[in-house]
Amino acid sequence: MSDLAIRVENLGKRYRIGTPQRYKALRDTLTDAMYAPFRGVRNLALRAARRQEADAGADGGFIWALKDVSLDVTQGEAIGIIGRNGAGKTTLLKILSRVTEPTQGWAEVRGRIGSLLEVGTGFHPELTGRENVYLNGAILGMTRGEINRKFDEIVAFAEVEKFIDTPVKRYSTGMQMRLAFAVAAHLEPDILLVDEVLAVGDAAFQKKCIGKMDEVTRQGRTVLFVSHNMGAVLSLCVKGVLLDAGQVKQAGPVQDVVARYLEESMAPEGEVCFAEDRPDVGEELRFAAIRIIGPDGKPNGSVDLLKGCHVQLEYHVLRPVQSAQVAFELYNSVGVCVLSSTDLDSEPERMREVRVPGRYTTSCSLPPDYLRAGRYWIDIASSVPGVRMLDQIRNAIAFQVLDTGSTESKLGQGRRGVVAPALRWETSPITKVPQQ
Amino acid sequence: MLSEVGRQSPTKGLVRGAHVRTADSARTVVIRPRSWWVPVRLGELWEYRELLYFLTWRDIKVRYKQTLLGVGWAVLQPLLAMVVFSIFFGRLAGVPSDGLPYPIFAYCALVPWQLFARALTDASMSLVEHQRVITKVYFPRLLVPISAVLSSLVDFGIAFAVLIGMMFFYKIEPTVNIVTLPFFVLFAVITALGIAFWLSAFAVEYRDVRYALGFLTQIWLFATPVAYPSSLVPERWRPLYGLNPMASVVEAFRWALLGKGQPPGLMLWVSVAAVVVLFVGGLLYFRRMESTFADVA
Repeated sequence: MSDLAIRVENLGKRYRIGTPQRYKALRDTLTDAMYAPFRGVRNLALRAARRQEADAGADGGFIWALKDVSLDVTQGEAIGIIGRNGAGKTTLLKILSRVTEPTQGWAEVRGRIGSLLEVGTGFHPELTGRENVYLNGAILGMTRGEINRKFDEIVAFAEVEKFIDTPVKRYSTGMQMRLAFAVAAHLEPDILLVDEVLAVGDAAFQKKCIGKMDEVTRQGRTVLFVSHNMGAVLSLCVKGVLLDAGQVKQAGPVQDVVARYLEESMAPEGEVCFAEDRPDVGEELRFAAIRIIGPDGKPNGSVDLLKGCHVQLEYHVLRPVQSAQVAFELYNSVGVCVLSSTDLDSEPERMREVRVPGRYTTSCSLPPDYLRAGRYWIDIASSVPGVRMLDQIRNAIAFQVLDTGSTESKLGQGRRGVVAPALRWETSPITKVPQQ
Repeated sequence: MLSEVGRQSPTKGLVRGAHVRTADSARTVVIRPRSWWVPVRLGELWEYRELLYFLTWRDIKVRYKQTLLGVGWAVLQPLLAMVVFSIFFGRLAGVPSDGLPYPIFAYCALVPWQLFARALTDASMSLVEHQRVITKVYFPRLLVPISAVLSSLVDFGIAFAVLIGMMFFYKIEPTVNIVTLPFFVLFAVITALGIAFWLSAFAVEYRDVRYALGFLTQIWLFATPVAYPSSLVPERWRPLYGLNPMASVVEAFRWALLGKGQPPGLMLWVSVAAVVVLFVGGLLYFRRMESTFADVA
């Protein structure tokens, strides 16, 4: 019997265009009002028409961040919500967690909701770690008794036992993140809404967070998980929902949905450039572009299995930064990380080096006869290992590897394995029975 | 990895389809666009009382962090104002003080006044200060200005202790009317809160509030009988004077503690009526605007 935890019916949310407009001064409204009488009847009619247009959903100053979204979530299900930036993922979570209200439609949520739209909400730098655990816990919806019970566990998870009575402003960023995530991870709601919070901290910490999330989903909680980390979505979630321009494009088994998303985010031209004004962009180093370069030296999103390709990254160093690395992770279509590599691999002796500001390009070769045919995507990241993340882009580019006559296909065999490198075999006789 | 992906159940129920609604005792929240009328939902406020406690406690804890004088500011502010008032109004301008030594006459009014001014300022800017939290987590937004007002009571307590000390110094015995004092403290707090409901909700969209506040409290101070006795106001205008609720509070403080000034009368009733209108109106306005806080903050 399917017990619904969340039921969403025709949900829509409309924003005024330019809503990153932070606030307006009263003056603007007053001048608007002052000029209004002089605009004449014609303008009034025009405005009325425009308003109608806006209500009709055409862009007359409004944008639908979410439109006609319907979906049911059964209790105990883990659902991954994916889509491009601005597809409405966060808006959906914000409505379900009651941070903001829908413009139309309705949703019914059964059970206690915990939402994690951000790690460390309400942390105060002047308060000690201990005080912040209580404050943050209370903000996230825990009772004092609950926090008391889990306090030791939280502190142990965050690995900050020694500093628990130190103001968090003396913590390193990593410690703050760990403590903040630890509080959130010990929230025990019936329904957990998580938005991209795993994208913080270094790789080791991210791994720990995903491990914890996995534990949570296994406990049979209902989880709605928004992420650009396809690997995490594929491993944590059972079902997926693909949002595009505020609407549900596909919903179903998570692999199908992720496959569809990857297919759509394929860059056939083999090149993706990144906007300068991405949110949370690095201030020391930021990525500018990624390319899949074919044997002819030109970007191409379709890779010939027999010829291999180069992964080329372009980045800016904005401030001198020491001990940084630029790395990528290659994932196949089921979310298995095939390999990861960093630009220090070839020159480990450059590890302590300071990178000076400038524009750089770096390229890594993926050998021919190595990858299996199929779709792949690449996450790119730059970090000072174990210290901090400089810039990170999930699902930076997707490409496909085409089988143009691999040994496997020549032999007409199906094989297992994540990669299919053409390994060298040597056969030499030990004894040879002479042929009659 | 692959086997993990395989541990799932079929996709029934995810996409819109026929389903049976089960009667469940678990708490169900229905989310829908709100109409123009929004109930206040006191029950929910009560459910979140622990958060109110933590928010208030946080405000108190961080208030004087990394200051040299720390909590001394709670005493210094009214004391310095008293000194200035005593020199300029008491000495130089010769403002009457109901026959009391001018310093205690002024200080006795400054204590509730500063409670009010502080509560009003903090609470009015509270939503703006908390905008990060407001855009990320749900809780009844009313808690934010309420906690700001509550935390200003600590400063009041300290300044009040100094007032008691001064009464010893001037050998003034409090009257039995002191028992009414808690009511007037509450009245000052509710007045501040009522206005803060309006201003804090307004400030989310219009940051003009920040600049208007300093000006507002300054003017309001002079419209309140802090530096002068309300007996300077002609008798027949006195009920109208009650439209400034703080005038009633300040007068009541002098009446209850120092035994001078006007006992509460018609003026107080005018004040009570004004505050009820302000408070209820503010509450409804706040609730009405609440839905847009996260979008425009």
